[in-house]
Amino acid sequence: MYYQAKKIITVILLHTFLISVALSCIFPFFWMVNVSFKTQSEYDADSGLKLAQSLNWDNYHKVIFEGGFWRYIVNSVVYTFATVIFIVFISSLAAFGFSRLNFPGKNIIFFMFLAAMMIPLPAGFVPIYALLQQLGLLNRAGYIFAMTNIGLSLSIYLLKTFFDQLPRDLEDAARIDGCNKLQIWWHVGLPLVAPALGVVVIFNALNVWNEFVLAKLIFTDEQFMPLQAGLMEFTGKMVTQHTLIMTALTIAALPIIILYIKMQKQFIKGLTAGAVVG
Amino acid sequence: MNASFKENSLNFSFVAPALFIFSIFYIYPFFYSFILSLTNYDLIGDFNFKNYYVGFSNFRDVFTDKDWWKSMYNGGYITFWALTFQNILAFALALAVDKVVRLKKFYRVVFFILPVLSEIIIGLLMKQLLIGEPTGRNVFNNLLNSAGLGFMAQDWIGGDRVRMITALVHCWKGFGWAFVILFAGLQTIPEQLYEAAKIDGANAWQQFRKITIPLVMPVITLVVVLTILGTMQAFAMILALNAGAGGETTVPVMIIFSHLGGASKLAGLACAEGLILGAILVAVSFSMFFVSKKVREKYGVLPS
Amino acid sequence: MKKLSKLIVFFVLIPLIFGCSAKKPKDNTIIVWHWMTDRKDAFSELATKYQAETGVNVEFKLLFPPETYSMKVTAAARAKTLPDIFGILGEKTTVGSFIRAQHIADLTPYMNENFQEWKNRFYPQTLDLVVFKDGNSSQVKPGIYAVPIDTTIMQFVYNKSLLDKLGFSAPPETFEEFIKYAALVKGKSDQFGFVCGWGEGWLLNALAIEWAINLMGEEKFLQTIERKVSYTDPDWLKVFTLFETLKNSGILVPNIATMTNKESEDAFAKGKALFSFNGSWSINVYQQLNPEIQYGFFSLPKISIEHPVKIWGGSGSSFMVNERSPNKLEAIKFLKWFTAKQQQVFLIEKTNNLPAIKDCQDQMPEKLRKLTLNLSNLTHPDTWPDNEDSRVIEVINRGLQQIVMGLKTPSEVAREVQEKKDKIFRK
Repeated sequence: MYYQAKKIITVILLHTFLISVALSCIFPFFWMVNVSFKTQSEYDADSGLKLAQSLNWDNYHKVIFEGGFWRYIVNSVVYTFATVIFIVFISSLAAFGFSRLNFPGKNIIFFMFLAAMMIPLPAGFVPIYALLQQLGLLNRAGYIFAMTNIGLSLSIYLLKTFFDQLPRDLEDAARIDGCNKLQIWWHVGLPLVAPALGVVVIFNALNVWNEFVLAKLIFTDEQFMPLQAGLMEFTGKMVTQHTLIMTALTIAALPIIILYIKMQKQFIKGLTAGAVVG
Repeated sequence: MNASFKENSLNFSFVAPALFIFSIFYIYPFFYSFILSLTNYDLIGDFNFKNYYVGFSNFRDVFTDKDWWKSMYNGGYITFWALTFQNILAFALALAVDKVVRLKKFYRVVFFILPVLSEIIIGLLMKQLLIGEPTGRNVFNNLLNSAGLGFMAQDWIGGDRVRMITALVHCWKGFGWAFVILFAGLQTIPEQLYEAAKIDGANAWQQFRKITIPLVMPVITLVVVLTILGTMQAFAMILALNAGAGGETTVPVMIIFSHLGGASKLAGLACAEGLILGAILVAVSFSMFFVSKKVREKYGVLPS
Repeated sequence: MKKLSKLIVFFVLIPLIFGCSAKKPKDNTIIVWHWMTDRKDAFSELATKYQAETGVNVEFKLLFPPETYSMKVTAAARAKTLPDIFGILGEKTTVGSFIRAQHIADLTPYMNENFQEWKNRFYPQTLDLVVFKDGNSSQVKPGIYAVPIDTTIMQFVYNKSLLDKLGFSAPPETFEEFIKYAALVKGKSDQFGFVCGWGEGWLLNALAIEWAINLMGEEKFLQTIERKVSYTDPDWLKVFTLFETLKNSGILVPNIATMTNKESEDAFAKGKALFSFNGSWSINVYQQLNPEIQYGFFSLPKISIEHPVKIWGGSGSSFMVNERSPNKLEAIKFLKWFTAKQQQVFLIEKTNNLPAIKDCQDQMPEKLRKLTLNLSNLTHPDTWPDNEDSRVIEVINRGLQQIVMGLKTPSEVAREVQEKKDKIFRK
């Protein structure tokens, strides 16, 4: 009996602890979404602590079309797609090369990639800026290349460990069928590392979607800015139009939250991929 | 000979695209950064190393620059809170979630929402919640007041405790991520070990100390390294939250940015700062991995 | 099939990414880069007018925010892709760098044509800012390198209805009065004594300099820059202490040290503060934010009667001509037209900015005309023989922010500023 009671109390205590932390995570977002449906005067009256009277989409219309938010969204989608496609192709080719093929200097080059993961981004700020400036690439292409580079090391490492585990037999069978190396990579290699590719895609997609520092460095034209940089611009301009700011934040956050809840396993795998390396 | 050369170059071509981008964005910048750091080039005229050369004075300037070390201190302060408060909280949550039966998945999903979102979103959202009149609506203070915690109400964005508050917001954003890694670490501990310990009469604390801690030690080291690397480079969240708050929450990356902006002759200085920050972080993470290796050797376990 | 579609996506994306580089404009179009959001529409109207009058196309391109604009201009300078006309946001030394790198045309001969007709149009105080004098510290050939397009004056602003309610008929004249008036507002629910965008250091800096000059005189102030007077001098300490007094009197809005100018303008326009400190452009801003607001400008609350009050101001925005531009002469012609009376009056009507030229007095609204009375006692770093190092300014601004936040004492800040200055000039 005593043991039973103690156990129940422990469970209750544990849940109280967990629920309170969970609430602290969720509440701000409910508040944010709630405020996004309010008018400014409604918000001024209750600070967003009462439920919005109706699903008022005015703010969304204002932010997306009048505030030019659609452009940031399109930009972010383009950057994310392009970068992830580049990374998937380039890193899977390289990982295949490191894992299955031989050439002089292979190990040294591979360790170079590994070591690069250690070098923090700020060390390269100025030269990257100066370089892109010189090449006239302070625009979309420059950003996509720079972001591709940032994702490469980890992606190559992840994919290489997967390629390493593939049995040789498959490769041999494909070779007998007359496949060249590129075809083996495409027909045999890629399909077999598909799970790892999923992780690579999510990790990099999230990384690009959420990236701010390089975007701030590279983009001078507002029309090229991705969502995160656009958010800073937008809030700087709107200042005390709280409901519009919250709408902008909701637009930026909600797709990710929904996608995450739908695919949370892959997300967790993707984001903790960095940890696997250690 | 010829055939093998052809073979080698064919094989190499698989790696070539990656290496190409890598050389442009890592190797070249690294050397260029070093060269620029020896100059006072203003990024405007044509670059001529001889005309702009100033020796190592940029590095000397950084080392003797109080503002730079203040920003390192600010970064270190936030890192300290992330290492202790954030990671202990994450560990406690991981242990708790590991213990409970119900709602396990719910907690896991909820705790990881914050790391999935960008730093900008978190920073701007928290600013809206925390900022008072005339810019904001003082939402958080009002909440505290109505919860009977009015004594805690204060100026969260520009008050004299702003550094601590920034650190806490940073921890709030980051704990979920440490939680997931630590939780995964806990899952790898076989249940039988606990069973055996119970039979031997070990109480919960003893189990925790003798089994849990040693077995997740490598994961903890990992979390520590990643926390340091991540926090010392923090920038976007703080920029969105309070933009440095008069130097109180100015972090190294902000200083680098401020020296890079415009066309002052401080690009070389910014390079030197970037290199010094990079060197310190590389040194820290290598030494931490060295420690981690020692720890692993000592306990004789390797995490999956 | 699936793979094929993947490849198609791949190849469709490539032109999408690379095909977006800036379109080459027609050769005879004059391109102007600017950062002035408030004047965007007025500028393009003027461009249309110029096209109708002369047949020359002018294209105004807005780049915002200012820091982005600066980076873009720097990048373009290096890549030698600057437009025909542009402005430089920043210190005069930066302009000097641009001139040395031959990005900016020397306009002196054009200004002096026809018995200095163009030159004489401008307020001398306004033109002063864009002139490089003999023996300037940037070591460029003396001359006029830019065309001012408006004049900016930093002023205090008061909310008229609030001041009336407090029972005062005129704004304060001395620092003590200023604090006394503002303190009366304190305690009223969401109204404050003083609001200012002190998160942006330059607003703090301008105010500190105005007080410093009022206290010690311009001569002694300039000697500080020349390192003949230390920042730990009692006068400077007094200047820093003013900010501590402001904080201790409780008249400042919370968060003032992290506030942007935009946030501050918004708060003032909504009647949440009695006083503010802002530039003459704010007439336009307040008008847009709240057409009903009743307000007026007043001069620096004095802390001494020994030295005259100098007001931070001069040329607000100015345009430079790209030395390398093939349209150089056309661009200069356009700027000459742009600073003629008709166009300047048009800009006054549309944007409420003080004009750069003298001849508009009769066409100005009352508020602006009053402001022009201050033009005789302006001061601005660009007119001083020497400028403070940007890193020292940074320490001053951050120090003032910390005083206002209650984190540092004035003497601590004074010491830190002087330390920084000593360090930079030790070499």
